[in-house]
Amino acid sequence: MIRFLTIRIGQAILVLWAATIVVFLLFFVGPGPNAVARTFAGRLATPARLAQIKHDLHLDLPIYQQYLHWVGNLLQGNLGYDYYKGQSVNSVVAAALPATLSLVIGAAILWIGYGVISGVISAVRPRSLLDRGFTLSALVFYSMPTFVLGLGLIWIFAYKLNPVTKFFPFHGYVPLTTNPGQWFEYLILPWLTLALVTSAAYTRLTRTSMLEVLGEDYIRTARAKGMSERRVIVVHALRSALTPVVTLAGLDIGVSLGGVIITESVFGVTGLGWTIVQAINQQDLPVIMGIAILAATFVVFTNLVVDILYAVLDPRVHL
Amino acid sequence: MSMLPEVTGESQAALAAEAGEPIPVGRKVIQGRSPWRLAWERLRTDKAAIIAGSTIVVIVLLALLAPVIASWVGHGPNQQFIDIGEDANGNPVGPNGTFWFGTDSSGRDLFIRILYGARISLSIGVLATLTSVALGTIFGLAAGYIGGFVDAVIARVIDVMLAVPFLVVAISVASIWRPSFWLVIFIVGVLGFTYPARIVRGQVISLKEKEFVQAARALGAGPLRVMFVDLLPNVVAQVIVFGSLLIPAAIVSEATLSYLGVGVQPPTADWGAMISDAQGYYQYGFWWYLLFPSLALLITTLAFNILGDSVRDALDPRGGGVYK
Repeated sequence: MIRFLTIRIGQAILVLWAATIVVFLLFFVGPGPNAVARTFAGRLATPARLAQIKHDLHLDLPIYQQYLHWVGNLLQGNLGYDYYKGQSVNSVVAAALPATLSLVIGAAILWIGYGVISGVISAVRPRSLLDRGFTLSALVFYSMPTFVLGLGLIWIFAYKLNPVTKFFPFHGYVPLTTNPGQWFEYLILPWLTLALVTSAAYTRLTRTSMLEVLGEDYIRTARAKGMSERRVIVVHALRSALTPVVTLAGLDIGVSLGGVIITESVFGVTGLGWTIVQAINQQDLPVIMGIAILAATFVVFTNLVVDILYAVLDPRVHL
Repeated sequence: MSMLPEVTGESQAALAAEAGEPIPVGRKVIQGRSPWRLAWERLRTDKAAIIAGSTIVVIVLLALLAPVIASWVGHGPNQQFIDIGEDANGNPVGPNGTFWFGTDSSGRDLFIRILYGARISLSIGVLATLTSVALGTIFGLAAGYIGGFVDAVIARVIDVMLAVPFLVVAISVASIWRPSFWLVIFIVGVLGFTYPARIVRGQVISLKEKEFVQAARALGAGPLRVMFVDLLPNVVAQVIVFGSLLIPAAIVSEATLSYLGVGVQPPTADWGAMISDAQGYYQYGFWWYLLFPSLALLITTLAFNILGDSVRDALDPRGGGVYK
């Protein structure tokens, strides 16, 4: 166990370290120090101000020292300073994180719930009308680009059904602490969009995994003992069929926490994804790099947690 | 079902051949069928696969014939019809006899632009997939055959690529270099190599202990020769089939980049860009502007996904499809 943990945590650190190099090279070295200083300072900056910023950012140092400074700050939890907005990247992230968290947690409950339920129904009644319906709709949502679904939902719910739904909010975000009712209303369509697009993979995975488990000997034994079908499915089959689903959910949530770029952009949810698109449009490098590294950290961390949980929960994995 | 008697006949013929008896003249000679042949026969009886396959053929034909159709209709893809393609306020006009799918905000024929958009979607989808598959094959061969340190390094490279958000890298790369057709292929292709790499790696690990590989090594073949001359032909077919599943994903990625404005640049007709343009119009009654490009995109990716699923089911009948 100790050996597994050491190796796995070592790998995670290695991957994060490599991610810092990729992000650093992509955003720092790419445009060159003068361009970086200029984008940080804005177009109207004086030469003295430019020199000051170059010094502040250590852009007058050799590249490896620049990198060390940046990583040193990251290790202290300092994501950088946003000259464009005149505040620290940490506070930009802190302002955006609740929106992304609200979107992802709500959507994850929907997509896991719907995906698992539809997958189980499909597997229990294979080739039935319900199975065909679930599987075909999963394929449609799986093929549908997020922005197409998002815009389609806005068109239907906010415009076509306007006489019925009156005003249906579809653009913007209201913090939970400001107004819980509005928070919920504004998030309905983003939740639906993200959940439907993501759930497709869960329907398919649960169905396949469940069909496989239902064919196993111990399920036959359980049935032979006279156990109710409901108990066989819910207690015995579902439990082991869910292992790959839990793994996928962990990874998907990890990726989404770093920002759900398309959904947030379509619905104007001011989370990390929306913020990073704004930052890219404004060439606001510290924010781009800060959120990119944060997103990579979420992914690496959830991967690590999923792997360890998997090793702990699955008796077949020996450590 | 209809296969059963044939299979029996086949085994009888095999038994007869083994016993040294001559196969009776005049009887239909039954040939052994390769797994590919069997898969093809399963696919041919799969209704969903046939519908999806025909849809793809139609889309490809429409894309290839786009210039012919454009000259026949008499509307170029970037030709603006300010007089008849826009209403009095300069807004798009709806579907009519002249413009079957209506026009866009610049008074251009949406139908012709959607046909031209298919050329971009399909060519980027296929070329990006080829890039992913080529890279994936090389890295998968190296990781699987050499193993050890090389395998570990490639695994970590894949981890890093999966950790850094795809769209952020794509948008940033496209904003540092000028966005273009080839840059989109490069971005989508390079970032999509992880899936084929894993498949090739798995295949190679199971193949590399086989006798033919040992024989090649005993004859003095170096690792490069074993990888590309002995192993590659054995994985290539599998890679092509699984690679076809990447095409719809690549088409969605391409459309997403265009939607965000960092894909193929205007005035080139592109579905993602059309949907993005339509965002300011469709709410105010110009529904065709959003609907037709979205449908084109959805039908294309759906057809590729259904066909890909059927191909996989045909190759691996254990799973069993539900669309039959």
